[in-house]
This record gives sequence, structure tokens and C-alpha cells, in this order.
Amino acid sequence: MAKFKKKAQASQDIPTSALPDIIFMLLFFFMVTTVLRETDLLVLQRIPKAEQLKKMEKKSLVSYIYIGKPKDTGRYGSEPRIQVNDVLISPETIVQFVNQEKDKLSEGERDQITMALKVDSEAKMGIVSDVQQQLREANALKVLYSSVPDAGAVP
Amino acid sequence: MPRKKRGAGEISTGSMADIAFLLLIFFLVTTTIASDKGLAIQLPPKPDPNQPPPDVRFNERNLFKVLINSQDNMLVEGEPMDDASQLRERVKEFVLNNGRNPELSDSPGEAVVSFKTDRGTSYERYVEVLDELQGAYYEIYAERLGVDTKTIREINNAEPSLQDRYDEVKKEIPMAISIAEPSKTGGGS
Repeated sequence: MAKFKKKAQASQDIPTSALPDIIFMLLFFFMVTTVLRETDLLVLQRIPKAEQLKKMEKKSLVSYIYIGKPKDTGRYGSEPRIQVNDVLISPETIVQFVNQEKDKLSEGERDQITMALKVDSEAKMGIVSDVQQQLREANALKVLYSSVPDAGAVP
Repeated sequence: MPRKKRGAGEISTGSMADIAFLLLIFFLVTTTIASDKGLAIQLPPKPDPNQPPPDVRFNERNLFKVLINSQDNMLVEGEPMDDASQLRERVKEFVLNNGRNPELSDSPGEAVVSFKTDRGTSYERYVEVLDELQGAYYEIYAERLGVDTKTIREINNAEPSLQDRYDEVKKEIPMAISIAEPSKTGGGS
């Protein structure tokens, strides 16, 4: 009574025709979230950890100042330096830099400019304070000490 | 002469996934998911040269002094403290004293936390301590408003009722963290 035919074996392959679509979806996600690095960092950056972080609401109002030990110690020495855009500068030129950044903003937004200080953990307060004095001089009073969330801590 | 049979006019899509992978990996590597987070402070405005500095007289009890020297050692109200994590409770106790303990503040409105570093203090230590000081205030605000500290930090006019209450609490208990100009005693650059 071999009436029961064996069922045709179901195909064991995973259909791969949807694979490109999945990959494209991931691709688009990363394309949208990506921010290409605009500046080449000339200084070392190990951002300190902190808990009480505030998010910046408007990215266009933020300008960055990097402080840290130069990567190329042969050329720039081993003392922490200040970098804006793509160049290392002395503290005295910060006022000029802030004014340039302010010019990019519209009239009403100028006093809301926020300076994000990205400072290496090993830098000393001396140089940070020099920068802050210059920022006061330039009337850019909102400062954000960039830091990364402390992974182990309770938020 | 029989014509050659033409193959179907299709582009092979087998390598499509590979191409997409390649692009994906490129963006994975170059991506830096926006991480504009940090401790926000407000610098004091530039002193006016025409006006003499105001003569501020503080009652000693209303001042909570935090000092850090160039060796990253901390002095809190005259006593050395190693572990910055105790600082938060001390600040909260100081601010919310309301005149009970004669050594601590009269009222939250008058309480000022003075934070002074040296030019040789490391930035890491500075951020660690500032984090605790701000954390104390955010916890006070959060307790008053009955929300968690994360909500307080991310407050931005989205909820007008909460924002109004927050502004009121802030008027009553201003976040008075005074960051003094670093001293030069410890050398440093």
C-alpha cells in the first residue's frame, strides 16, 4: 500500500534574494546618521567621562575648540596646544576665531553661540583657563565641556 | 546560418549584496554618531573696566569651598577629601540646610559653591568634580519636581508646564557654582 508519496523535500536554502535589500537598508541608515569628520585632529583627544551630560540642541550654534598634546610631538612640541579648524593657534587668536564663527550666524543667534571645548584628560587647567579668559573677552559665554557618558555609572 | 541565441538581457544581481556591503562598511567606519554632549557652564561676563568690582560680602557659612591643588588633591571646606563621590551629598546637605546647622547655608538662595583649581590641576579631575557639583544641583531639582535627573538635564521647552515649574525652582535655588580663576602656585603651564 505504498500510496503515500513522499513529500517533495522542501528546499533547504535560505532565500537570499532579499539580502541586498536588507543590506541597503542598513547602508541608508548609516549614510543618514554619518557625520564625516570635517577637521583633521592634530592633538590627542581622550575625552573625560562624566555623568551630568547635557545635549546640545542646535548643532549650528556650536563651535569646537580642541585642546591636547600634539600628535606630532617632533614638530609642535609636547605641551598641550589649542586647535581650531585645522590649525594650532595661540590663545590670543581665539577672539578672532570666535568672531569669525559669530559672523556665520544670523544676527539674533550670535549671543547664543556655544563653544564646545574638547579637552584631553591629561591637559592642565592652566591652558583651559587661558582659553576661557579669551572667550570672556570675545563675549562667547556659553561653554560646553565635551565629555562621554560614564558607562558604569547610574545616569 | 542559424542565428546565435541571445542570452536574456539581465544584469546579474548576485554581486549587488557585495557592493552594498562594501558601501556599508565604508559608512560604518567613517561614522561618528553625533555625540555633542557635555557639561554646560556659563562664563561670567567680561569685567567692565569703568566700574570697580562690586564689593560682595559673603557670610562665611553661605560659602561652600572646594579647592584642588596641582597634585589633584581636593580640599572641601578645609578638610581633605579623596573621593569625589562623597561631594554630592555634602553639597546637597549644604544647599538644603535652611539655617538649621549654623555651619551650613542660611537658605538655598544664598548658598554659593566656590570651586577653585590650580593651573596645574588636571582637566580630568576638574571635570570629575564639576560633574559631582552639578549633579548635586540636578538631584535637588529632580527631587523638587518629582522627576528623574535625566529629564531635568534634557528639559527644553517641550513641556511648558514642567519648564515653568523648573524655572520657578531655579529661581528659588539657583545653581550657584562659582568657578574661580585658577591659582598659579603649583607651576604648570
